[in-house]
Amino acid sequence: MTDRQRLQTLVGPAETTRMLDALRRGATRRDLLAMLAAGGMQATLAGGLAGTALSVHAQTPRKGGKLRVAGATAAATDTLDPAKQSNQTDYSRGNMLYNGLTWLDSSLTPQPALAESYTTRDAKTWVFKLRSGVTFHDGKALSPADVVYSIGRHKDPATGSRAKVLADQIESVRATGPAEVTMVLTAPNADLPVILGTFHFHIVKEGTTDFAAGIGTGPYKLKEFRPGVRSVVVRNEAYWKPGKPYLDEIEFVGIGDESARVNALLSGQLDLIGSVNPRSVARVTGTPGYAIFKTQSGAYTDLILRRDQGPGQNPDFILAMKHLFDREEMRKTIALEQAVLGNDQPIDPTNRFHFAGLPQRPFDLDKAKFHLGKSGVTGAVPIVCSPAALYSVEMALVMQQTGLKIGLNLDVKRMPADGYWSNHWLNNPVGFGNVNPRPSADVLLTQFFKSDAQWNESRWKNEKFDQLLLAARSETDLAKRKQMYADMQTMIHAESGIGIPLFLASLDGHSSKVKGMFPIPLGGLMGYNFAEHLWLEG
Amino acid sequence: MNALVLRLLARRVVLALLSLLAVSAIVFAVTAVLPGDAAEEQLGQDATPEAVAALRKQMGLDVPAATRYGRWISGLARGDLGKSSITQLPVAELIGSRLPNSLLLAAVTAMFAVPVALAAGIGAAVWRGSWFDRAASTAAVALVSVPEFLIATLAVLVFAVKLKWLPALAYASDIEGIGQVLRSFAMPVMTLSCVIAAQMMRMTRAAVIDQLQAPYIEMVRLKGATPTRTVLAHALPNAVGPIANAVALSLSFLLGGVIIVEVIFNYPGVAKLMVDGVAQRDMPLVQACAMLFCAAFLLLVTLADVAGILANPRLRD
Repeated sequence: MTDRQRLQTLVGPAETTRMLDALRRGATRRDLLAMLAAGGMQATLAGGLAGTALSVHAQTPRKGGKLRVAGATAAATDTLDPAKQSNQTDYSRGNMLYNGLTWLDSSLTPQPALAESYTTRDAKTWVFKLRSGVTFHDGKALSPADVVYSIGRHKDPATGSRAKVLADQIESVRATGPAEVTMVLTAPNADLPVILGTFHFHIVKEGTTDFAAGIGTGPYKLKEFRPGVRSVVVRNEAYWKPGKPYLDEIEFVGIGDESARVNALLSGQLDLIGSVNPRSVARVTGTPGYAIFKTQSGAYTDLILRRDQGPGQNPDFILAMKHLFDREEMRKTIALEQAVLGNDQPIDPTNRFHFAGLPQRPFDLDKAKFHLGKSGVTGAVPIVCSPAALYSVEMALVMQQTGLKIGLNLDVKRMPADGYWSNHWLNNPVGFGNVNPRPSADVLLTQFFKSDAQWNESRWKNEKFDQLLLAARSETDLAKRKQMYADMQTMIHAESGIGIPLFLASLDGHSSKVKGMFPIPLGGLMGYNFAEHLWLEG
Repeated sequence: MNALVLRLLARRVVLALLSLLAVSAIVFAVTAVLPGDAAEEQLGQDATPEAVAALRKQMGLDVPAATRYGRWISGLARGDLGKSSITQLPVAELIGSRLPNSLLLAAVTAMFAVPVALAAGIGAAVWRGSWFDRAASTAAVALVSVPEFLIATLAVLVFAVKLKWLPALAYASDIEGIGQVLRSFAMPVMTLSCVIAAQMMRMTRAAVIDQLQAPYIEMVRLKGATPTRTVLAHALPNAVGPIANAVALSLSFLLGGVIIVEVIFNYPGVAKLMVDGVAQRDMPLVQACAMLFCAAFLLLVTLADVAGILANPRLRD
């Protein structure tokens, strides 16, 4: 698929022509955003599209240069084994060295990578045709055996793979031709190409057990790797994408302290840093030559009202709490505007299955008071929060204040971050959780909203929802799938005990010499996939 | 070596071993009451009861704490620091990769801060009440009262972000040649010196003044010794005891107490390793670091006492 076609699938041919024409005339990202917003599109979605459009148009990238990047974590546990990667530093490094069969673009739609194409009739049996002429860093050609090994190893408990649960649905993976791999699933899943585009499913050489050399097919070759300190990669001259990558070398370090990262950027020692606190935005943008790059994603902190115990057993109490969210205030004062409003359902506006037609639930004290009265809940309601769930303490305090206005006494119980996830999350009638971006709507809904989900935070159980979820998973017709996901979002919005006030953005800081950035809503640093797309202005 | 020193050393070694044992038990007990263990911390949100139980077994956390402590201490007696619960790497290897960095930073700081502090302290004592004494004493009090994170952050903002003279981060890996060592170590060393030099300077000043007021100094002066000789050959040797102790305390701080500087300058030292270990509940690592810092402290204090004895003419023979 060409980039133009990709844009067309997102906004339709007319809009594509309009956007590309505008770019040819020298429009900026801001202009595109204005164009899309004028067309009635939500700001965040427009942001993603403008990013794609910009990368389509692409100012001619310059080759060469050394990029110095800092992620937010560094530990002795840093690994180059795709199966064991667990944080943004690992993912970023993985994307420098390896490729998957697919990769995920700005709307998390899978795009072909090492698999040139893939076909399925029933979403159960998938045939992947491998790209020819791809070689590993040591010169060995990519073969189906490498793919079979890379996918198969996740299922072996001895591998200790973090993606084992996802891999277990792949019943078999076999080489069925000189450049062909066939996977059969235990049950149909139209999202298999999405799953294979995630970090853990990067392709390694057949038989690899020691990953210290970092041999992959990726855009860069490993030069130095010191866990917890830094890694250095150099350009892979034999990379299969023509003209890419652009940089000669990337030095990647992990710096845990946010202000140390920002200072190192502003002193000119680094070109790009991940995980910038909203409080540092003004400092970075106020320094000439530096800018903030925002990735709106599906990350959210949610209010959990359990349906099986406590006040949440009463549906009116849930509606009262959902109307009590002063979302606009929270966006301004808690997230410092680095967020978009949530609508009490977990599929965020950057996702291709987001249902924009669902009316936004307003901040409405009258309705909240009405439902509270109807629920008959009186007395103090304990609400458990913790710094472990980002912004939950602040959100609880805002709710406590607004609650007083309708005669609801919320007793904020602040717990330490240590042990919060094992001791408090999921265990309190009213509390907070925090969910990181997931690669697909199916994964998110299966993990957090299916009746028997391990992390069904509010214990909301709905048979119809479960059936719909399974049906959507096996549906290969995109339009029908969209409708199913819209129905599920409506159900969660109305009945589930989960309140989602905001979807949070990831912020990166960068020197204005760094070019080619576009958001991938898996997380900051372009969904940790910055390495092959970025270039440095001369 | 005289008998006094030998007796002191023998007693110190026995006491040191007992102290280490006590410290290890206390650290073990304190970390045991922290909420969450290594398995829960590592799994985070993924901590289901089954996953936690499986990981605990894998990490060897399913046996009672007393048994774990017993195993660890008997391993230590054989010189085996054990394996990290999180990374499964030998603890000796983890510490070994960071310790040289910490020692280098401590050595450079000591080479800079100790002479400056001693010179300032002696100067202030000799010219007591002069403008130099007042300036040095005021500066020392001011510096010791400002927290080091403030000094370090201000230094980074001024010298790295605004003036761009010095790098904001101190990488241990990129160091080639003495010029680069000086550049990348300038701010960490400056910050740490501010913290430790003030203490040493004030102690030196007090100890030397104490001696200068003693009757025997009167005698030395009456005999016509020059002021330099009076201070350096007569007063100072008697003041070495307290000064050496102040220096030892400051130096032991440089090994384990520099966490703030290591974080702000992203310097891969042992203090950060230990704090990460605490955050991850990596008991073998935390224990080994605690032992290391405790042993270093005891060693330095013993050395200071020996230096005090050897320098003191009345105790020397």
